[in-house]
Order: sequence, then structure tokens, then C-alpha cells
Amino acid sequence: MTASSTTPPKPRRAPGLSRHLLGWLLASPLAVVLAAFLVVPIATIAVVSFWGATEFSIYPAFQFDNYEFLFSSPVTYTVFFNTFKYAAITWICTLLIGFTVAYFLAFHIRNQNLQIGLFLLCTIPFWTSNIIRMISWIPFLGRNGIGNTALIQMGLIDQPLEWLLYSDFAVILAFVHLYTLFMVVPIFNTMMRIDPSLLEAARDNGASGWQTLWNVIIPLCKPGIMIGTIFVVTLVMGDFITVRFMSGSQSANVGRLISNDIALLQYPSAAATAVVLLCTVLLMIAVMLRFVDIRKEL
Amino acid sequence: MPPRSKSFYALAAFFALFILFLYGPIITIGILSFQGPQGGLTFPMNGVSFHWFFDLFQEQAVGDIWGSFRRSFLLGLMVMITTVVVSVAAGLAFRHHFAGSGILFYLTVASLVIPSILISLGVGLIFNQLGLKVHWSTSGFGAQLTWTLPFGLLIMFAVFNRFDKSYEEAARDQGASAWQSFVHVVLPIIMPSLIGVALFGFTLSYDEFARTLLTSGSYNTLPLEIFGMTTNVTTPVIYALGTLTTLFSFIMIGVFFLVVWITGRRKAKAGSDAGNGMI
Repeated sequence: MTASSTTPPKPRRAPGLSRHLLGWLLASPLAVVLAAFLVVPIATIAVVSFWGATEFSIYPAFQFDNYEFLFSSPVTYTVFFNTFKYAAITWICTLLIGFTVAYFLAFHIRNQNLQIGLFLLCTIPFWTSNIIRMISWIPFLGRNGIGNTALIQMGLIDQPLEWLLYSDFAVILAFVHLYTLFMVVPIFNTMMRIDPSLLEAARDNGASGWQTLWNVIIPLCKPGIMIGTIFVVTLVMGDFITVRFMSGSQSANVGRLISNDIALLQYPSAAATAVVLLCTVLLMIAVMLRFVDIRKEL
Repeated sequence: MPPRSKSFYALAAFFALFILFLYGPIITIGILSFQGPQGGLTFPMNGVSFHWFFDLFQEQAVGDIWGSFRRSFLLGLMVMITTVVVSVAAGLAFRHHFAGSGILFYLTVASLVIPSILISLGVGLIFNQLGLKVHWSTSGFGAQLTWTLPFGLLIMFAVFNRFDKSYEEAARDQGASAWQSFVHVVLPIIMPSLIGVALFGFTLSYDEFARTLLTSGSYNTLPLEIFGMTTNVTTPVIYALGTLTTLFSFIMIGVFFLVVWITGRRKAKAGSDAGNGMI
């Protein structure tokens, strides 16, 4: 199974033209949806980013005003820096937690049913509402919330901490809470494919637990780590709602910049920011994809 | 088997903490939604009551929750069915190389990683420029598909990468047409995975926020309605709603798993070895 699942399905002999035709016929619904709701919208954003806007409407034009304004404003750089900061910190936290959780599930749980059960326990929150999961932090982080009450009772602090809710701390906590499973799943997937005889060989050759982890397991998990990284980084880079809600509108990232412009009906300006964000994200992914072939990893 | 090492207990404790971290907050608001009528957004509990759940049924207290729930449910079903059908068809197509299959594949991946707000903005702009009204069942529906279809297709890739083609070849050798071998051989084998795709399709749509934000028009879906409440509702009624909708999600997940389990048992009972090709 290992061998067959790591190679993509081999094309079977079929007459040339009819093969392409059948392929396109079967793939056409997907192609139509993606064309209408992905390609055309992105193209529209790119076009509109050169348009002009009055207070009430937008008009076709070909001007670089939106970009000029964007790149000349110091706010842009602060906000982009903030976005990278959120992405980097969230990435480190989710990677460490996700890897540890996946490692425990893959190598320490020997009963297969228990393994599947615990794995599902980790993934179920993925199928519930993100908004509710954010709201559910309020009773923990509020001024009189569980967190502050517990810390005061333990005698660690005298005054309630003000920075628990509506702060960068809350934003990152929510990101880690929401997105860690995007790390757990792909890393667990690659770990389950590691041939146990490799670990045995490492042990037989006198490798310690840490050495096995560092020299055998982590290199073999790289594709899973990459896929998890792509998910987490793109989700955090494109987010606008978590930052708005968990920071109490006090912090900004690029997504919020865009959504604020939209709220003010400044679509061309929002589109220009969106184009810059898109290019940034795609550039980051292109770099990451150099390390992994997604299709082989499914 | 070697005895449990010290690291096992450390990792088990870490895992338990992680599960607590995942579920603790939602359990907390589950408890807090039973606050007494005078209770606030945090502990202590000021009595125990169903007050806030009753509040949900009074229209004027919280806006159009039940209408938005109906819309979200219906939209979830639409997205689910479309996701399953389109993913299976595309999954079959991708089993063979065809002209442009590489581009379509990367487009699908792009659909997954593109920031949601761009889809929302772009679709909104198009409808705006074409003079069409955005509506949850048209623009909202399409925008959500860009999120659910990649998951569906990636699952189909995983399925067909592990699919033993000798079953199909056997069917063909016995004279089955392509359609017959799909319906009677391929479909039953991949059925459990299709239920998985359906689960993704429904739940991801039911909880979708960012892509629906600018594309749903004047009638809100449930997540949009809930988000609207966060800015102006300061009572535990929002916890009650959160508890109910999370409970609903859990029930749906349970139903999907039950269906997988039942189909698995029926298959085992019928004595067929279909689907055991992975050994």
C-alpha cells in the first residue's frame, strides 16, 4: 500500500482525443465553478484596483492612484508587519503543538481504534463554527473571567490582567485554537506512512529517542509540516474576522484594511490592497511548494 | 512490547491539555448558557435556568435567527450535494491525464489558499458590475463552493490513489459498460469517502463566514447573524445560541459517522470483500 499510495495514478492507455474529451467532460463542472467564482472574481479585483472612486460610486479608469496611496502610507507597512507577525507567531505555536500531538497519536497509541477515536476528537472542532469558538473565549479572558479569577486566587497577581481579552495575545490564542488541527492532520498523515522498520533500524544502531526524532522522523514528516504550514500561514494572512473580534478592533492586519475599505465602499482601494495581499501570499506559497509535491502526499 | 516510557506519560498529559484547550471554552459557554435571568457573561452562575434559550424563541429579542438558520441549513444541503457530485466527477477525470489537468489542479489548490475575503470582494464586485443582486443562494452558494470543492477533490485524490483498479478491470472483463462498472463497482467501494465529502460540504458551508460576508445579500446566513449579534448583544443569549448551533453541528457529525458505520456493517454482512483492496 505504501508504494502504491505515494505514486500518482498512472495514466491508462486510452485513445488520445476521447481521453481528453472524457476528462474535460467530467472535470467541466469543477472548471465552470472555479472559472466563475475564482478566476473571474480575482481578475475583476485586479481590474478594479486601477479604477477610481468617489464617495458614493466607483468609475472605470486606468490609474495607479490606489497603489501609490497604498505604498506611500506608513499605515500599510505597519499593518503588513503586523500580519507577518501574527503569521509567524501562530505558525511556531501551531507547529510545536501540532507536531507533538501528532507524534503522540502516531507513535504512542498502539490500539488502532483508540488512535482513530482520538484523531477524530482532534478534528471534530474543524466542523463547528469558528465564530462560536471565538466567542467561547470571552468567559475565559474577560476582566472578571475565569483566567483572571484563577490567577488572583492562586496569588500570582493582585490586579486583573487587562491584556487577556482584546489584545494581540487574544488574537494569537484564537488563531492557535482555530488552526492547530490544520497542522495535526497532515503531520499525522505523514507520520502514519513512516515504515516502523526504519525506527527499529535507528534503535538497533543505537540512536537515542531524540536522535531518532531529529534524524529520522522529522525529515520524513517534512511534507506534512509543509502542507500544514501552507494552511496555517494562508489562513492567518487572509484573516480579518479573528483579528477584529479578538482585538476588540484595536489591532489591524491586511484583511481588516481591506474590509474597512469595503465598509466605506472604497472598492478600488480595497482591490489594490487585495492584489498586494494576494501576491504576497502566492509568493510565500510558491517558495514553500518548492519543498513538497502536494499530489504525492494525499 | 516495550513498557511505557516516561515520555509516554508526558506526551499523554500534553495531549490531554490540548483536548482541554480545544473543548474547554465551548463547554464553558455550554454551562454559562444556563445562567439565571440576572446572570452575566462570565462566572459566577447567578442561578440556573432555561431563560436564555426561551429568549431565542422571541423574535424581537435577537433578530431573525430562525430564518437565518433555515437559510444556512438549506444552503448547506445545496453545497453538500453539489460538492459531492462535482468532486466525484472531477476525481474520476483526474485519474487520467488530460490536456490542462495540471492547470485545473493548481487552480483548485489556489481556491483553497486564496484569502477568503478576496473571493467575497471579487464575487460581490462582479454581481455589482453586472447589475445583479447578491443573494445567498446564487453568489453566496458559488462563493462557498470555492471553499468546499477543493476539500472534496483532495479527498477524492486520496481515495483514487488507493483505489485498486483490478476491481474495475474484472467488471470490464465480465462485460460491464463504463457506466455499469462505475455504479455497481466503483461507487459502492468509495461510498464511505463520499459520505466524508458530504460531511465537509455541509459543515463547511453551514459555518462559513468570510466568503459569505459580501455575497449573501440582505438575508443573513446563521454565522453572519451570530457575528452581527456579537456587536450588540451583551447577554448570555448569545451563549445559548452558540450552544444550540454547536450541538446541531455535533449531531450532524454524528449522523454522518453513523451512516458510515451502518454502510460498513451492511457491507460486512453481505459478505462482499469490496473495499478491502487496501491490504
